[in-house]
Amino acid sequence: MAEYSVFSLIKNALNGHKSWQRAWRDPEPKPSYDVVIVGGGGHGLATAFYLAKVHGIRNVAVLEKGWLGGGNTGRNTTIVRSNYMLDDNAHFYEKSMKLWENLSHELNFNVMFSQRGVLNLAHSDGQMDRFARRGNSMRLNGIDAELLDRKEVKRMVPYLNYSDEARFPIYGGLLQPRGGTARHDAVAWGLARGADRLGVDIIQNCEVTGFKRTGNRIEAVETSRGTIGCGKIGFAVAGNTGYLASKLGMKLPIESHVLQAFVSEPLKPLIDHVVTYGAGHFYLSQSDKGGLVFGGDLDMYNSYAQRGNMETIDHVMRGGIAMVPSLSRLRLLRHWGGVMDMSMDGSPIIGKSPIDNLYLNCGWCYGGFKATPGSGWVFAHTIAEDEPHPLNAGLRLDRFERGHILDEEATGPVPGHH
Amino acid sequence: MLYIDCPYCGKRAHEEFTYIGDATKKRPDGAEKNDPAWVDYVYTRDNPRGPHLELWHHGLGCREVVKVLRNILTHEILGAGRPADDIPLPETETKP
Repeated sequence: MAEYSVFSLIKNALNGHKSWQRAWRDPEPKPSYDVVIVGGGGHGLATAFYLAKVHGIRNVAVLEKGWLGGGNTGRNTTIVRSNYMLDDNAHFYEKSMKLWENLSHELNFNVMFSQRGVLNLAHSDGQMDRFARRGNSMRLNGIDAELLDRKEVKRMVPYLNYSDEARFPIYGGLLQPRGGTARHDAVAWGLARGADRLGVDIIQNCEVTGFKRTGNRIEAVETSRGTIGCGKIGFAVAGNTGYLASKLGMKLPIESHVLQAFVSEPLKPLIDHVVTYGAGHFYLSQSDKGGLVFGGDLDMYNSYAQRGNMETIDHVMRGGIAMVPSLSRLRLLRHWGGVMDMSMDGSPIIGKSPIDNLYLNCGWCYGGFKATPGSGWVFAHTIAEDEPHPLNAGLRLDRFERGHILDEEATGPVPGHH
Repeated sequence: MLYIDCPYCGKRAHEEFTYIGDATKKRPDGAEKNDPAWVDYVYTRDNPRGPHLELWHHGLGCREVVKVLRNILTHEILGAGRPADDIPLPETETKP
């Protein structure tokens, strides 16, 4: 398939855009593969891409029950950041950030990665102290962080509620200048095209319905498009991890919850950065089409349904208007729900499973999108080498029984608190 | 909105309640170090894609803890009672 470039663009433009080829094949599944990845979202596609590119394993299939990126990859608020405090999270997400910075080039596909800065607001002295601590931890780990006072925040984002009557006045904020957003669909398409060009079979409308086991191994997956043999198998199915695991009699430290996200009617440029509210849960940015993209809390009860409740919509809007009063007159264009695989400590799980040739990539909670390339990179390593990379050694499943949990906010084993 | 049939107050909107979580977890006896029963109690969840027994706290009502059987794929509430009650699956409900 042709390389995209300014020349291919000009050539096709002169030709009336009639000779563009499809970006990836639509193959029939082969009887078996060296590696089968279940889940054709960003993480599954990135895993296949790096398996082929870095580890030379090209006899790989990605099985997707619906269409590419139709799950949480197409349902998030597109925020990318690596502003974590705990070492195991910080190093992993920073690896992901570094991959983001070169991803468009690496894929020959513009993922529209925009490092516009991610600003977390603080609303009390205590919160400023906590942000100073997190910022210092980040800088010690080589990640960019700047603590801003109220004046600096006001200069940077003048549209917030700075009035004396604000219930939660703004004291300052923690800025990660290299954070930002990426175009979520482009990430799925770019990774799919990249993986396909290296020989990976991407098989859509192929739902995994069961497994054929011999001893402690999975020999094949049963799917809606027939039985497919597998040497190794990786799950990258986000909110449906618990469901697939239950077919193997496996229980995990995960609850599935629904999280909603929203897009407003399109506006002229207003929000130049990603800004998050510190007194509630609200995160806001503006897409290139002009719509404001934002989200808030979980609906707070277990759910496998990709839809949420009015009460949460109301709650999110209240938080948003408290932070940016001018949002009150905006109309909502769309909203939707995605199913989050909430881990019990709020951090992801990437590593081996109790089954010999099964590898797990799950527990992404609110924030799987930013991890997309990093997750694929370490998961590919874990599958190829049959052991975790040092970057995901701390994210293994057995951390719960070993007591080495990664609870970034120190809120305990309650998914709704992360 | 979900409507939970509180055994003390009757049918109320779920806004009045705070979700606690899985109702099937039983606190183990004793406190052995590295006890797998504690790992299971604190962290491991069935997370079924279907009927789920769960606890809700009726904070803006009777302030009692209520046990609810809810299908977490459809959000349909299939029954509610006191924490010690057995809440059977309705006969029409097919297991996932």
